[in-house]
Amino acid sequence: MAKIVVVTSGKGGVGKTTTSAAISTGLARAGHRTAVVDFDVGLRNLDLIMGVERRVVYDFVNVINGDANLKQTLIRDKRVDGLYILPASQTRDKDALTTEGVERVLNELSEDFDYIICDSPAGIERGALMAAYFADEAIVVTNPEVSSVRDSDRILGILSSKTRHAEQGNGPIPGRLLLTRYSPERVARGEMLSVEDVQEILAVDLLGVIPESRAVLNASNAGTPVILDEDSDAGQAYADAAARFLGEEREHRFLDVPRKGLFGRLFGS
Amino acid sequence: MSFFDYFRSRKTRSAQLAKERLQVIVARERVHRDGPDYLPRLQEEILNVIRKYVQVDEDAVSIQLERDGNCEVLELNVTLPEQRV
Repeated sequence: MAKIVVVTSGKGGVGKTTTSAAISTGLARAGHRTAVVDFDVGLRNLDLIMGVERRVVYDFVNVINGDANLKQTLIRDKRVDGLYILPASQTRDKDALTTEGVERVLNELSEDFDYIICDSPAGIERGALMAAYFADEAIVVTNPEVSSVRDSDRILGILSSKTRHAEQGNGPIPGRLLLTRYSPERVARGEMLSVEDVQEILAVDLLGVIPESRAVLNASNAGTPVILDEDSDAGQAYADAAARFLGEEREHRFLDVPRKGLFGRLFGS
Repeated sequence: MSFFDYFRSRKTRSAQLAKERLQVIVARERVHRDGPDYLPRLQEEILNVIRKYVQVDEDAVSIQLERDGNCEVLELNVTLPEQRV
């Protein structure tokens, strides 16, 4: 039985796909068989972030409709053993993801994998609801910015009532916060919400803080999950988050401004 | 923070403003989201009843439903204007 994890946020552009790619790679690298599923029907992008866009033959909706089986559709990652990608369909049909169809595919994946990471689309429509519905656990990706925090709160509300887990009377699924694009310098200057501020408002456990980093765009340019860029701050922060996800205790890093010399302190930005 | 930022900092504390605004809006949205459907109407009606006797602002009445096990507590807060004697 796999553990199903939804990566969600409400707001778009905050790093759901980057996070899905990084965390699933981290879990597979730790030896867990992991499938990462793109739920963004119509706007497929996980394939590009994972660098497998040229190997897409069939997609999620093909499997639901019985046009292809999972074995034909799953793309095996060539960098990390035990990591597979299920690409989204590019159909414009909003109703392509049926509850029964999604359940069937997740059940089948569940037999073969330890973790299923569901990369949710933005918004609170069908694709997002389907990505969350069967989840056992959630990672809520948030930027330290008002609209993102508000949307995350909205999503936390949906997670507490609109999942199978909740509908069966088992209460809300555990959700953890992943704060991305964090800039300790701007927090120190009082220009950006701090991790404590966001945690206080959302009242959820913290999975990790990913610093604003050039490495993220570089990784997506290259189609390599940023967690594989082990020298980068963002790559290391994701590695920590993946380890915490697996139950390891790791101290949060990249939360403070790097110390500067006297010259830097006098004239620095 | 650099030496020059020290003089600028007073006016750029926008994060504090963001936090305060978020706390207000998130609290309000949670009430509507978690509560039963009738809660907003109940709140409006209570506000109207109060206004028959005292002139209060729209946000003077806050209503909250809290669950504690299988017991639900409806908490009603009314902020009355300061009395002029």
